[in-house]
Amino acid sequence: MTDVGRHPRIKLLTLSEVVDVKGYVGNFKIKILKKARYVDETSCTACGDCAEVCPVVRPDEFNVGLGSRKAIYSPFAQAVPSSYLINSKECLGHNPAVCSKCVDVCAKGCIDFHMSDEEIIEEVGTIVVATGLTPYDPTEMDEYGYTRFENVLTSLEFERLVNAGGPTKGEMIRPSDRNHPKSVGFIQCVGSRSAKKGGHYCSNICCMNTVKSSLIIKEHYPDVEVKVFYIDIRAFGKGFEDLYTRSRRMGTQYIRGLPGSVEETDEGTMRVAVENAATGKLEFHELDMLVLAQGMKPAPSTQRLQEIMGLQLTSDGFYLEAHPKLQPVDAATRGIFFAGCAEGPKDIKESVTQASAAAMRAIRLMHKGEITSEPITSTIITEKCKACGKCADVCPYNAISVDVKAKKPAVVNTAACAGCGTCAAECRFDAISMNHFTDTQIINQVDTMLDEAPENKILTFACNWCSYAGADYAGVSRLQYPANVHLIRVMCSGRVDEKFVWEGFRKGAPVVLVSGCHIGDCHYIDANHWTEKRVARIHKKMERIGIRSERLQLEWISAAEGIRFAETMKKMEAIRQSVTAEEIAETQSILSNL
Amino acid sequence: MSKPTPTKPSGGGDQDPRIGVYVCHCGLNIAQSVDCKRVAQKAESEKGVVLSKDIVYACSEPGQQEIKQDIIDKGLDRVVIASCSPRLHEPTFKKMIDSVGLNPYMLDMANLREQCSWVHMEDKESATQKAETLVNMSVARVRDLEPLYEETLPLTKKTLVIGGGVAGIQAALDLADSGYEVTLVEKNPSIGGVMAQIDKTFPTMDCSI
Repeated sequence: MTDVGRHPRIKLLTLSEVVDVKGYVGNFKIKILKKARYVDETSCTACGDCAEVCPVVRPDEFNVGLGSRKAIYSPFAQAVPSSYLINSKECLGHNPAVCSKCVDVCAKGCIDFHMSDEEIIEEVGTIVVATGLTPYDPTEMDEYGYTRFENVLTSLEFERLVNAGGPTKGEMIRPSDRNHPKSVGFIQCVGSRSAKKGGHYCSNICCMNTVKSSLIIKEHYPDVEVKVFYIDIRAFGKGFEDLYTRSRRMGTQYIRGLPGSVEETDEGTMRVAVENAATGKLEFHELDMLVLAQGMKPAPSTQRLQEIMGLQLTSDGFYLEAHPKLQPVDAATRGIFFAGCAEGPKDIKESVTQASAAAMRAIRLMHKGEITSEPITSTIITEKCKACGKCADVCPYNAISVDVKAKKPAVVNTAACAGCGTCAAECRFDAISMNHFTDTQIINQVDTMLDEAPENKILTFACNWCSYAGADYAGVSRLQYPANVHLIRVMCSGRVDEKFVWEGFRKGAPVVLVSGCHIGDCHYIDANHWTEKRVARIHKKMERIGIRSERLQLEWISAAEGIRFAETMKKMEAIRQSVTAEEIAETQSILSNL
Repeated sequence: MSKPTPTKPSGGGDQDPRIGVYVCHCGLNIAQSVDCKRVAQKAESEKGVVLSKDIVYACSEPGQQEIKQDIIDKGLDRVVIASCSPRLHEPTFKKMIDSVGLNPYMLDMANLREQCSWVHMEDKESATQKAETLVNMSVARVRDLEPLYEETLPLTKKTLVIGGGVAGIQAALDLADSGYEVTLVEKNPSIGGVMAQIDKTFPTMDCSI
């Protein structure tokens, strides 16, 4: 931590938040709001004289409310920067008549009530998002009585309680009577692995954190009874099993089963009712103190930053990486990387590993001092552009700007364009050409495919990243499917223009399949939402003009779903067989009369 | 390898396309269910095809050498490689044609292995017919390809790290130690994050700060 404060190449901005991100890989423009500290960071020596005279006492956030601090304070002893700060909402004010005691005692004159919030603009090439986590608040799990019973603590509160730097100087006491507890219970998976409350995912760290806490208790207070209520103990990491074994050897009891209810007895002990899965019996355990192993939730700022930067989130609310196996630290947007719990629950080792990986990925991009952009981007044909603004609306990367009011044709920022081709597919005026996947190139493929015996063919559009890869995977797995399936590769299903589908039917295709990544997995942020909308639109039109809408199918197939690909192709073949020569001829005649 | 001088400028322009088609056997991977010779012969008559042949391993050194020599000798300006998935070897063949002066984007690959021979192993006739169609589709696509050029843009050698917990600290230090400027933004008054609040940390059981 102190290395960061001292590093000549690190500019540390605390009490600061990113409020806006503009630009693209290599050239981001960041707006940061730095809130006033009211104490000069560079001259404060953290002597603490100010806090001594400050009359305002408030709960201390760092000790999760178990201790207190003043309105002028240092967050904790080892804080970086070490400088004190004033919480302006709590401070009585700088009016000498009211208070200003701190100003009077500060020998170095560091305190400045006139300091104001600053707006800072930074230009950077890459961004590492390491926004971390927020511990799950177990108040809603009323059955455990957190906040109702004083001796029910969260795991973070327990950490502060046994910490030498904490409010009790590391002495484990129970809050209600300040006595040493004779027994401590831990309830696992609080806010984790639950469909109802908290998250349905495993928070990764709570098992080992409890194992660790049990060891700390047993080391300092060997006579204290420790009981852990759990569903599974996940001690999967290097050295973890050893710790777990040590914890059991030192006498910690592990009881399989999550308590159904917690009650407080007259003596302030907790009566825990649990069905022990090993015996199948309902048991009651009386414990002096109860610790809830709280799970992890994404940091509160996650969603706001996601919107500012155009990133994606998983259904759990953590950031979604570009690829879970092959690009686990990259965002889908080039130049942005994830580190730590921002991307999902992690322990310290994993966070550090991912942070180093993110740094490396950023360096890999920056070390040349310039970036090359893949030329598979869209090009505006300005003569045809009507400046309607549709392309800018659908672009997942905000790479297109159109001045709709001034009727100025669209402009593509090629550095920001990732090449999905959704704009070209959505443009009603054919004013966008998608490099390397032009209308002509794709229609040539459609026409050639359907040149001979079109009635036997299954015309399939597949996105490069998922469906086409899924087809490859079916191949690698030697899954056999009908040989009349022919794929046309596009970068994204968002590229599949209406006219490609109509061209297929006009040429006599009995069926057409559009396939792409699952919703939420699109490699172009959310371009496949447009695919979905477009296919729905074509379906409606088909019904209106009298073409069976079943003949156009939309399927999401991931790169790992070889089986799903093969099954889908069999399903397509079944639909194809239901299409008669007469039906095809009728479709062709309908389309030629439009 | 020395770069042979191309006899013709790279693709595009107004002259008629000069397409070379290579149907790869991939040993027996493709050849066991696709009649590669027949596929190559069928493509010969397609518009713009100057040369069409089957080849045992297109990606091998002798295979690549043969294709490169043809590009020079026959003045090919675009190439169809009918072999494995482009997701596997497209970069290989892009480099190959680039090395003899063709624009790397003047290439298309017909996927005869993952999406044909391996998935229609029982029916050689159907697999071969499909291969013929796939190759002809590639020829039709490659006929209209245009050369593309990568653009080089300036870049700011600086990173913004959002969040000063253990991950943000590590990323900032790694970057700064490697010579890059870093701005570390933390919303709290101190860095350290949740890690700093933890007493001892597993698996080493030492303190967190």
